[in-house]
Amino acid sequence: MSSLQLIVSGLANGCVYGLIALGFVLIYKATEAVNFAQGDFMMLGAFVALGLTTGQSLALPFWVAVPVAIVIMFVLGYLLDVVIIRQLFGQSQTTVVILTIALGFIIRFVAGAIWGHEPQTLPTPFAGQNLRFGGIVIGVDELMVIVTTLILTLVLYLFFNRTKLGVAMQAASQNQLAAYYMGIPVKRVQSMIWGVAGAVAAVAGILFASKGSIDPGMGLLGIKAFAAAVIGGFGSLPGALLGGILVGLIEPFSSRYVAAGYSQIAPYVLMLLVLIFRPHGLFAQVYSKKV
Amino acid sequence: MRTVFKTSYDADIRLFKHGAQAFWYGLLLLAVVALPWLISDYMIGEAVNVLIWALAGLGLMVLTGQAGQASLGHTAFLAVGCYTNAILQLKGVPFLVSFPVAGLLAGIVGVIVAIPALRLHGIYLAIFTLALAVLVEDIIVLAAPLTGGISGLNAPTIKILGAEIDRYGAPKLFYYLVLAVVVAVTLLYRNMLRSPLGRSFAAVRDSEISAQAMGVDLARTKAAAFGISCAITGLAGALMGHFAGTFNHETFNLAIAIQLLLMIVIGGLGSIHGAFLGAIVVGFMPTMIAFLRDYVGKVTGTGSIAIPGLEAAVFAAILIGFILLEPMGMYGRWFKIRTYFELFPFYRRDMFKRQKSYLKTERMR
Repeated sequence: MSSLQLIVSGLANGCVYGLIALGFVLIYKATEAVNFAQGDFMMLGAFVALGLTTGQSLALPFWVAVPVAIVIMFVLGYLLDVVIIRQLFGQSQTTVVILTIALGFIIRFVAGAIWGHEPQTLPTPFAGQNLRFGGIVIGVDELMVIVTTLILTLVLYLFFNRTKLGVAMQAASQNQLAAYYMGIPVKRVQSMIWGVAGAVAAVAGILFASKGSIDPGMGLLGIKAFAAAVIGGFGSLPGALLGGILVGLIEPFSSRYVAAGYSQIAPYVLMLLVLIFRPHGLFAQVYSKKV
Repeated sequence: MRTVFKTSYDADIRLFKHGAQAFWYGLLLLAVVALPWLISDYMIGEAVNVLIWALAGLGLMVLTGQAGQASLGHTAFLAVGCYTNAILQLKGVPFLVSFPVAGLLAGIVGVIVAIPALRLHGIYLAIFTLALAVLVEDIIVLAAPLTGGISGLNAPTIKILGAEIDRYGAPKLFYYLVLAVVVAVTLLYRNMLRSPLGRSFAAVRDSEISAQAMGVDLARTKAAAFGISCAITGLAGALMGHFAGTFNHETFNLAIAIQLLLMIVIGGLGSIHGAFLGAIVVGFMPTMIAFLRDYVGKVTGTGSIAIPGLEAAVFAAILIGFILLEPMGMYGRWFKIRTYFELFPFYRRDMFKRQKSYLKTERMR
């Protein structure tokens, strides 16, 4: 495999990490909380899509199942906030962290009980097709991952910076009380963002499942996505994507050029270095208060 | 209703607030000393497990409960303590030396880790420590010549003054050894809380800005919290190694670190009691679940079926219940019940109501 080939597959993997990291960043940007269950959300989204396409009762076609799965995950995310997270309104971030860790265990258990623990693949219309550019072979599934991720990041970026709701979300995160005074329905805005994070997780899960296998333990991929989000800087959408791509690229190259055993720790070492020397990530979103 | 009149400054920081309290804790100590003579060897093992978890919980409680710094990576320090103790003993160092050294080394590693961690707040600190927990497994494998890598190490039999202490050979002696360590650490912990250091921990936890304004050196206080916390955790790790007998990199996986944090939240953050109550829940959870599963299997006639992840899910559900209904944990609930009776007709529901605060971003400083 040439280096170029490694770059393409690394990019595709990195985009999935980036998408999970986007989920973290979305919630962090809007509520200052971190959803440690985002990886498990992704796993759940993938399994919902799988259940819709291959279930005995409803074998929906792929292009119908995907939007339905995304909508289901949006509703789940929204309800999660309404039923549980909202009760923690006004408590410290650490509480939400611990709560979402616990939630991850429960999601993993439920998914395992429904769909079993064996790795499964999501049948897609574009599986197994390849494109050839000169010497390198690019799978259509990998291309789909990269293109979808880029489009989604752009849409979310524009959403946060250009639309009324997006700006309202940022305001609600920066100062809840002031946002209330400005007439922003802070609680509903927060539920919306949990819903959007759920939808993004569904997209990430479907993309990941389309180019590999999924099992309930897959949610632990979320830890790698953490590395991505931290490297890019929590709170920056393009940063999350860039961090994801960096992690995705480091993995194949380190496993090729670095001794075995050291390669899998490379992403975490990079993350620790970033935390030590640039604690707020490459795309820092920290501003000093002007007095 | 009891009224404690404080007539001197010392009365405010006395170890026991009044005679009755000293009496009840004395009785508790008597009970745990007599315990091994009342229960079977198997149950002694369970009790030792609870005590070791409580010790690790105390370690994390110093950092998370007292100084307010969440850590998801305390398995790293459990591992340092465990491996240091075992490796030193295998090299011929007696337990009485290797055990404190294990704690000391874990504490030093904790302070070294704290230096970069001092700049991190809340979420970033949690992620930093999470990375440590992930890395420690790989580091143990990489340091195979020292740690035995994947095949792991066998903890040697403890020898103190000619007495051989082994989990299976002499369960009572092992119980008393662990109990002595736990009691000593608990007393140390209690005394630390009465000292200026303990008070500055609380100040940092409640508000870093106010603590700074009162002249608390943030960096030094946090580093001290890390050091003490990791030293206690290291001691727990050393005992855990002896309890497990054989251990390798998988003994110190991420799930243990997370369970430790969840445990002290269930028990009640910021209280010594919380670490013990949480440890009891963690220690007896697997037995309880196995029992319930057999019972359900018998009633429904499906036989006992093993469902992977059930234990973790039940634990998580209990935790979510506590966070939603009783954020102060088991000890907080007990405290409220006690206050209700102490104040009898005058207890009011809003007495422990927390002031709700509106969130402001951390990204503006």
